[in-house]
Amino acid sequence: MIDIAWSQFTPGAALTGGILIGLAAASFLLLNGRIAGISGILGGLLTPVRTDILWRVAFLGGLIGAPAVWALFAQLPPVEINAGYPALIVAGLLVGIGTRYASGCTSGHGVCGLSRLSLRSLVATLSFMATGFITVFVIRHLIGA
Amino acid sequence: MKYSFASLFAGLVFGMGLIVSGMANPEKVLGFLDIAGLWDPSLAFVMGGAIIVGLVSFAVARKRTLSFLGFNMKLPTNNRIEKRMVIGSMMFGIGWGIAGFCPGPGLVALGAGEIKGAVFVASMVAGMVLFELFERNRARGDSETDREFAGSDAA
Repeated sequence: MIDIAWSQFTPGAALTGGILIGLAAASFLLLNGRIAGISGILGGLLTPVRTDILWRVAFLGGLIGAPAVWALFAQLPPVEINAGYPALIVAGLLVGIGTRYASGCTSGHGVCGLSRLSLRSLVATLSFMATGFITVFVIRHLIGA
Repeated sequence: MKYSFASLFAGLVFGMGLIVSGMANPEKVLGFLDIAGLWDPSLAFVMGGAIIVGLVSFAVARKRTLSFLGFNMKLPTNNRIEKRMVIGSMMFGIGWGIAGFCPGPGLVALGAGEIKGAVFVASMVAGMVLFELFERNRARGDSETDREFAGSDAA
């Protein structure tokens, strides 16, 4: 059956980080009245509405600036990116096109959509989880890269 | 201005959450998606933690017409499960499985100065631009069809 990678499993950090992500989504929702969907916030900048630009850039700036703020207090945990450049480019294109057609990604559908008990978001989340599992299975166990 | 400060705050806390949870590290995300290998269930705990807080916040939000800063609540109204939404999600999942990056962690990796994160984000933005171009073509195609119908009506 399923072999759990106990040495990599970090339930405490995962739960703490998840709660922080939830608080971020909650503050965006309760302060600004919007869904914290990252692909939508970024994608909306490509057909800019003048009054929307500043807050979108501010949200993305916070996200991009998080590692720098973190580094003021502690050392950043390692980021392991094993995909090569061609794979990163293909992955980026698929994620960019896919999330826009899907009207959401892991944050908008996965976190916010499931939190508001949306069936549409549940279908979206199950869809990207399923193809994510299949893709990793194909790459790691069938092709063996 | 209040709106943008709240956005900055939310983005920053979101990014911190991704770093704390380990989800800013693609290899850890792939460890979750690799269910046939040595499986790391951490991502499920991240989602669980986020959704527990999310459930409470949406329960509060649903009862309000204005946010706590006095802005209109803009909650999604589309509940339809369209084919394009499902296909888009499936495409996204394939891309997610290839590199272990979804949009948030990609942007955090860019911010951490990872060249590969920057390449992923650039490609992701290119993909979003392609989507806009496809949509524009589709809209143009639709309006041409409309005109043809209008034309045939007039004839």
